[in-house]
Amino acid sequence: MSKVKTAVKIGALTMKNPVTTASGTFGSGLEMREYVDLRKLGAITVKGTTLEPRSGNLLPRCTETPSGTLNSIGLENPGVDVFVADILPQVAAYETPIIVNIAGSEITEYGRLAEILEKEAAVSALEANVSCPNVKSGGMALGTDPDLVYQVTKLVKEHSSKPVIVKLSPNVTDIVSIAKAAAEGGADGLNLINSVLGLAIDMEKKRPALGNIVGGLSGPAIKPIALRMVYQTAQAVEIPIIGLGGIVSWQDAVEFLMAGATAVGIGTGNFLDPATTMKVVDGIEQYLIDNGYDDVQDIIGIAWKNQRDGKDG
Amino acid sequence: MVEQGKILINEHVGKDIWRMELKAPWIARKARPGQFVNVRLSEHTDPLLRRPISLHGIDADNGIICFLYLVVGKGTKMMSKLENGDHLDLLGPLGNGFSTAFQGRRAVLIGGGIGSAPLYPLLEALKAQKKDVTLLYGVKDQESIVCLDLYKENQAEVIITTEDGSAGEKGFVTAPFEALLKNGGIDYVYACGPGAMLRAVEELTLQYGVDGEISTEANMGCGLGVCLSCSTPGKDGKNRKVCTDGPVFKMGELAYE
Repeated sequence: MSKVKTAVKIGALTMKNPVTTASGTFGSGLEMREYVDLRKLGAITVKGTTLEPRSGNLLPRCTETPSGTLNSIGLENPGVDVFVADILPQVAAYETPIIVNIAGSEITEYGRLAEILEKEAAVSALEANVSCPNVKSGGMALGTDPDLVYQVTKLVKEHSSKPVIVKLSPNVTDIVSIAKAAAEGGADGLNLINSVLGLAIDMEKKRPALGNIVGGLSGPAIKPIALRMVYQTAQAVEIPIIGLGGIVSWQDAVEFLMAGATAVGIGTGNFLDPATTMKVVDGIEQYLIDNGYDDVQDIIGIAWKNQRDGKDG
Repeated sequence: MVEQGKILINEHVGKDIWRMELKAPWIARKARPGQFVNVRLSEHTDPLLRRPISLHGIDADNGIICFLYLVVGKGTKMMSKLENGDHLDLLGPLGNGFSTAFQGRRAVLIGGGIGSAPLYPLLEALKAQKKDVTLLYGVKDQESIVCLDLYKENQAEVIITTEDGSAGEKGFVTAPFEALLKNGGIDYVYACGPGAMLRAVEELTLQYGVDGEISTEANMGCGLGVCLSCSTPGKDGKNRKVCTDGPVFKMGELAYE
């Protein structure tokens, strides 16, 4: 038994430690079994699910940029029916809470997805993806408009008794107003940030490096953007935040907790070292022990309290 | 599995081509021809992603694996600078590998440029089953021909083509390949190389009613089947992940745009 308390809550969802995965970087979890003890994670956030199967975008879908990766997958997935019938029961066997990321091309689809997943006891929470930069409709087009974010959130809440997390896009001028809209819509938590819209050029071929032209930047390159958004948003809303963006080590994770995140998500970090999630779980706990904390709650948002005033001189 | 491989040899063997031998007993024991290893080149964040490198040698008895790699970018350049005794973070073996059991006796192996790398362990496996092997090896120029003695030591018949005619036949592998197909007696074809070559080889093979496999490549994010960066369409309308469903596919399995 752990000497320190590491459990956190996102609405009614209790995570035994503050570590989950970023949707789309961990498959359903099953693909990672060889490398990760899935029982050790606070929650598994699975690949985005849509009503119908999606085959995704043109290749190339991924290219590396300095300390980052630019991707444009396009929500490839087998559709919610296959997910529920074939994948979910296998993941549920690990008895770790499952957060299902849902994405629609129009608002009503979020309600339908929530309705379908409501029947599944193995689903612990829903994560409404209103921030995918790589699909033509839905996704980020919804997540950049506070009214639409409010509508999506409210609709999902109406169709679900499960905790609802809204995954926000960083590609907005004012993240706080979007976060507040989700909170007003009834969100139990927020997940930020999704990837940052970017472009890479293939100099040899003299054209954009990705088949979809633009893509979402992730990895350590976006960590400061994510930290800033978590820091500002966590002070402005009452609901908990799952912070993510460039976390590749436990130190990165502790920084997000200090910035005000209640939990953290590991994304691109899984590609560098498939055991990153477990190392972050252990690292956070060891940090708490080494620094005399007996509860992870003691460091959540601690950076605000210690911030110095920003006056000149 | 992540294994820290110890570099035994890292030598320049041809134009921009390097050969690295590593002590990596776990991977050497598990690996099959056609599989690859995802190599992490920095413990920091640049370069960030691992680099997929195919296995050019698998020596399970001595716990040694070998890479033959082309220096094309930042990652492979860093790799070429590593010295004997250095350690390299290896994730693997990954991917499905070639199927080495085919009906019949005679196989043609076709390698285009650095695509010849995974064919060597395949040749060893086929020779262990007393198969007859012809290697068609297509490169740009004479300087790009590497590790030829390895194939000859294994009694493979080797046909070389160069684009500039500086060695072997001038032109692409497809010309001598078609000549072989016309003569008949080929039971199975394996190919690895640039996309255009694979397409041409696959078309010819199927046209002559022969079966075979191709080893493909794609930009990968994870190598583990989770990011779907390398997901590529099959003729049946379903996508395949090059990293975990491949990199080897049956000829005729993938759809071309």
